[in-house]
Amino acid sequence: MKFNISSFATRTEIVGFIALAVLIVVILPLGLDIFRLNLVGKYLTYAFVAIGLVLCWGAGGILSLGQGVFFGLGGYCMAMFLKLESSTPEATKIQSTPGIPDFMDWNQLTALPTFWEPFHSLPLTIIAIVLVPTVLAYILGVAMFKRRVGGVYFAIITQAIAAILTILIIGQQGYTGGVNGITDLRTLLGWDIRTENAQFILYFVNAAFLFAVLLLAQFVRRSKLGRLLVAMREKEDRVRFSGYSVANFKIFIFCLGAAISAIGGAMFTLQVGFMSPSFVGIVPSIEMVIFTAVGGRLSLLGAVWGALLINWAKTILSEAFPELWLLAMGGLFIAVVMAFPNGLAGLYTTYVEPRLPKFLGGTRDDDLGPSVAQKQPAE
Amino acid sequence: MQTDSKDFVLAVEGLTVSFDGFKAVDDLSFYVEEEEIRVIIGPNGAGKTTVLDLICGKTKASNGSIRFREQELTKLTENEIVHTGVGRKFQNPSIYEDLTVFENLELSYPKGHGVFGALMFKRDAHVIERVEEIAESIFLADQLQRSAGLLSHGQKQWLEIGMLLIQEPDLLMLDEPVAGMSVSERVKTAELLQKIIKGRSVLVIEHDMKFVEDIAHRVTVLHQGKMLSEGSMDHVQNDPKVIEVYLGH
Repeated sequence: MKFNISSFATRTEIVGFIALAVLIVVILPLGLDIFRLNLVGKYLTYAFVAIGLVLCWGAGGILSLGQGVFFGLGGYCMAMFLKLESSTPEATKIQSTPGIPDFMDWNQLTALPTFWEPFHSLPLTIIAIVLVPTVLAYILGVAMFKRRVGGVYFAIITQAIAAILTILIIGQQGYTGGVNGITDLRTLLGWDIRTENAQFILYFVNAAFLFAVLLLAQFVRRSKLGRLLVAMREKEDRVRFSGYSVANFKIFIFCLGAAISAIGGAMFTLQVGFMSPSFVGIVPSIEMVIFTAVGGRLSLLGAVWGALLINWAKTILSEAFPELWLLAMGGLFIAVVMAFPNGLAGLYTTYVEPRLPKFLGGTRDDDLGPSVAQKQPAE
Repeated sequence: MQTDSKDFVLAVEGLTVSFDGFKAVDDLSFYVEEEEIRVIIGPNGAGKTTVLDLICGKTKASNGSIRFREQELTKLTENEIVHTGVGRKFQNPSIYEDLTVFENLELSYPKGHGVFGALMFKRDAHVIERVEEIAESIFLADQLQRSAGLLSHGQKQWLEIGMLLIQEPDLLMLDEPVAGMSVSERVKTAELLQKIIKGRSVLVIEHDMKFVEDIAHRVTVLHQGKMLSEGSMDHVQNDPKVIEVYLGH
């Protein structure tokens, strides 16, 4: 069967995808210094979470206020590998137990805990980055969706999970690095990730993953499964009585959202050079929902824009007025919910797209064929 | 009774469900034969919709059994019951308003029901042909690309009936299929139902007596969760108990 691009994406989506790719791959790297570019790379790691939220929340109506958990787990898995690599016996010879991460030594641990052992191996780490959050999402999904817990109750439980994981990480200092997180990460298989050159390369690696994830998410949304998610959001019972196990579909999309978030988390650790509980808890999880809402929870590209713009605004504003930022973000969220529930992407479709010429994805010169036919039913 | 029940498509025996002590359905037994059209009537609160809820698994029975083609339904989940061949239409039109008419029908097409089946589902020629065929029979052939939310109330009812038909159920359960329809829609729906009930057993809840008279093979009258009367339309209309319940209210 021939691959048909028009069945995969609309003209608007293709134009939007290309525009975003040009911005991220060409314009920003040419226009920004490495410090700012590294910041953009960090913002884009949140876009992974936002894409997961578009699938779960936008399409499927499952609002998770705990996506930071999956982002954090992905980030921690990466950080554990990098930490072990930088904790060679030579580098840590001043410790009472050389060869283990410094924070373990400060906490009187004398041997590496067993669950850290797999993180000596990069392949196992890469597997763990995706698998650990997915398995957790699966367990949560089975526990809740099979019992038909949904809506607000689901959101509250995910938020509680975010709080629990934060408390666990902070409390188990010797195993996790506590409130400081896992810091002082240096090399990936001997390659120094702190240099400008490395940050430049990691930015592009991150961008490549982001576009791969976007394509995957688009595939899911355009599949029958994507339409089923919309159907479930609207009339869950009708889907159930059409012979589908609603819970299984919810579990799948929640797991997929978790896995995507985790990739973002791992890329965050690589680009920023540390991971801490402040990226796991309730506040970052809710911030990620706000990125998605502002960008447009129904639009994959909108979510990426949301993550980029809000974080950019956050950096600018919090450099100038540190106290104002939280208020501004809260105000923005309320404005979005009240005034434009489909976010920036919704504004674009309503106001910009009709004024664009057709080759840019606009509808101005579109043929009126189908809509005229629709207005004239046969009877 | 055990040997007799082999001839029935659906055998409901001793069915009881209570909500906090209130028995919405109380020790109800009835049998539906192959290709029979059975209409359930009764005053408001008689438990008609609850009976359908019990059969399709939306509500779990407190007691009793529901056998469909020798399979016990009370132990199965909703989606498993659908796969045994039971289709249910809800009282309010229950369709996916954000999707097109075509997509509504496609999602009900009995293929790709698992997670990975749905992910890899291909809209092949057979699916398109089947959707168009069903759309034709529910008078929506020229509305396929339209968003379902834009349909009229009657058209939404037809669409949901179409969504059931594409599943090809052996037992079709319809909850007030002509409620809220205009006179002309009602006539068309009666015609549609006459057409689609061929070759299957149908369980209908309906208040419109003219409509019931037109389609029913047999009628079951429920009152306060119990069976009040059963038989042909003539029989139940002349049953003094039925007259009392209907006129007494």
